[in-house]
Amino acid sequence: MEWYEVFRGIEGEVPAAVVEEEKAERAGLLGRLRRNLGKASGALRGALTTIVLGAAGEDVWEQVEEALIAADVGVDATLEIVDRLEVRAASRGLRTQEDLIAELATAVADELRVDDPDARRIDVTAHPAIILVVGVNGTGKTTTIGKLAWRLTQMGRRPLMVAADTFRAAAAEQLTEWAGRVGCDIVRQASGGDPAAVVYDGLAAAASRGADVVIIDTAGRLHTQVNLMKELEKVRRVIERQVPGAPHETLLVLDATTGQNGLRQAHEFQRAVQVSGVVLTKLDGTAKGGIVVAIHKDLGIPVKLIGVGEQLDDLRPFDPDEFTRALFAVDG
Amino acid sequence: MFDSLSDRLQGIVSELRGHGRLSDEDIDRAMREIRLALLEADVNFKVVRDFIAHVKERAKGAEVMESLTPAQQVVKVVHDELAALMGSSDSRLAFASKPPTIILMAGLQGSGKTTACAKLATFLKKDGKQPVLIAADVYRPAAIDQLVTLAGRVEVPVYAPGADVDPVRIARDGVRFAADRGDVAIIDTAGRLHIDEELMGELVRIRDAVKPHNVLLVVDAMTGQDAVNAADEFRQQVELDGVILTKLDGDARGGAALSVRAVTGKPIKFVSNGEKLADFEYFHPDRMASRILGMGDVLTLIEKAEATVDAKQAAAMEEKLRKASFTLDDMLDQLKQVRKMGPLSGILGMLPGVPGMKGLKDAQIDEKQLDRVEALILSMTPEERRHPEIIDGSRRQRIARGSGMKVQDVNGLLKQHREMQKLMKQLSSGRMPKLGFPGMGG
Repeated sequence: MEWYEVFRGIEGEVPAAVVEEEKAERAGLLGRLRRNLGKASGALRGALTTIVLGAAGEDVWEQVEEALIAADVGVDATLEIVDRLEVRAASRGLRTQEDLIAELATAVADELRVDDPDARRIDVTAHPAIILVVGVNGTGKTTTIGKLAWRLTQMGRRPLMVAADTFRAAAAEQLTEWAGRVGCDIVRQASGGDPAAVVYDGLAAAASRGADVVIIDTAGRLHTQVNLMKELEKVRRVIERQVPGAPHETLLVLDATTGQNGLRQAHEFQRAVQVSGVVLTKLDGTAKGGIVVAIHKDLGIPVKLIGVGEQLDDLRPFDPDEFTRALFAVDG
Repeated sequence: MFDSLSDRLQGIVSELRGHGRLSDEDIDRAMREIRLALLEADVNFKVVRDFIAHVKERAKGAEVMESLTPAQQVVKVVHDELAALMGSSDSRLAFASKPPTIILMAGLQGSGKTTACAKLATFLKKDGKQPVLIAADVYRPAAIDQLVTLAGRVEVPVYAPGADVDPVRIARDGVRFAADRGDVAIIDTAGRLHIDEELMGELVRIRDAVKPHNVLLVVDAMTGQDAVNAADEFRQQVELDGVILTKLDGDARGGAALSVRAVTGKPIKFVSNGEKLADFEYFHPDRMASRILGMGDVLTLIEKAEATVDAKQAAAMEEKLRKASFTLDDMLDQLKQVRKMGPLSGILGMLPGVPGMKGLKDAQIDEKQLDRVEALILSMTPEERRHPEIIDGSRRQRIARGSGMKVQDVNGLLKQHREMQKLMKQLSSGRMPKLGFPGMGG
């Protein structure tokens, strides 16, 4: 998927030059992703060579299992994928190492597919479109908002940032810096205020300032903190009351280094504020973010965007095949 | 979706209860479950592999095989090994003989370094030290503002010359500043990816410039399998002295703690576990081991059983079992052993899986029923207790009167004893169904 396909509501507005640029950009990104993510795949290739050579047996599947576990896919999802892969490998008579690894990549990608392509897109058809951004502490919410706002301005939209993280020291300052880089408006209040009040102000300001997308930053909170989750529910209720049909997107920002707890996070945020998509950040490291497989499988929440670096353009559309091919270092 | 290890081992434990002793195969099965539990807790799979190999040896040793509660003993061995692995070295900070003591904080983005700096300062201040914060994260927007604000809350001095100054210089000048204003210098650095050569190089330069007494790696407790890669890289490049585990107030099992400990060989010194600045404490390996395994009171129960069950009595009982000479005295002994551990309902509640077990859930564990059994047996003559078959009608009436109960109660007890004897015979021949405690309803 390309950027010009990501936003519902901005179709057909992108010149051909931009499309070409995107394609080149993506090729570079894929290479980078592969370099980092593919590092651990060497061992897997060794293991699969053994299958092909016929010395197979349980050991080899155990190593495929470990490759998935090492990617944080989790025990349950791993066992299911390996079972299916064994059947497929047998029925299709897969012989070469490349075939098997490609099949593995496809099997994992299958877990991440959506039936309706719109389910993967970010809905900005409404004016203003309201995007609520949530997540636990330190996943990269504020940075993600900076990059998302920049992308929207590139595509001719007028985003407005709302600094509803009134808890963390200097969170509003951090978002203000991003707003400056992007060149968009921001609504903020003094630290320690009521986030719901900031949101209320922000939504009111959107109309007067002519913003067509409102992106709301919230404080990082552990999903186990009951009061803070209640506070978030209140923020959502305020949005719903003020703008019927909003929020149009509620994005959960998930750090790719997160392990099995990611599933719990998604579960709890889903329950509190109905998450519409996941943004998987920090994929520029060596972590693989495999927990999104379980999140998609168990909760039906699709991944919409990935974060691959600290630059403004380091936020990318998510594509399951691209992602898993990078994960298992498949060529092409 | 989130069964605890205790719940899962319960299946194996209840089967094991049948044959008392563990076979190698039983241990292998238990190890498989423990492997899965550790993987689900995010312990790195290579660390799990080594750990299981090591524990298996011990589990097959005499201490487990000859234990009264072999299945629980396996869990205990796993737990003890986990705790030992995570806490075998000192978790205190190194303090310089000539202040200031320099602490360099490092870690990935979003692990919680800045907050940990402020919490550590709060912790040290309470301990009578005079910490000074140094803002050397010049990359993240407003990171300096954040540290300055936090320093204000903790009420400690902060050195923050700004985002356009070289971090190495900030660190060096900051330490001098700290020498005048306090006795501990805590340097906050930018979050960086372990594969970012440029930023890792900068961290090395900061370390070389200030020669810290403690280099602490800040690790998010929710980290998955990748924790080992990051920790190992930081270890190689800047030589860590210890780890601070953050966000432990969530519900992550925190297997990263074990992974990081295993690859760095350095102790986890502190945990950060709440939104408040005071939510920061020394690391407790025991608690972490229980958390990773996802179990609560199993260990308490095992310890209770170990402390109260007399080993000699147990050996004598085993001898009797083998000879199938289980008298009413033995039944009384067994009863006393059980009761020494505390109220039955409490003990059952501690067993993994039992609180939710079908049947037992509704069964009333009647302590009074145990009193009655005890009274009945105590109303018998020693001869009667050794040879229950001599208890005829008139003896039954006497026992009933002596214990304040009815003849039917005496009959009930004798029947129960005969059934237990039968079980003992089956046990000595190697096949034993579930053995219930006498006097337990349901």
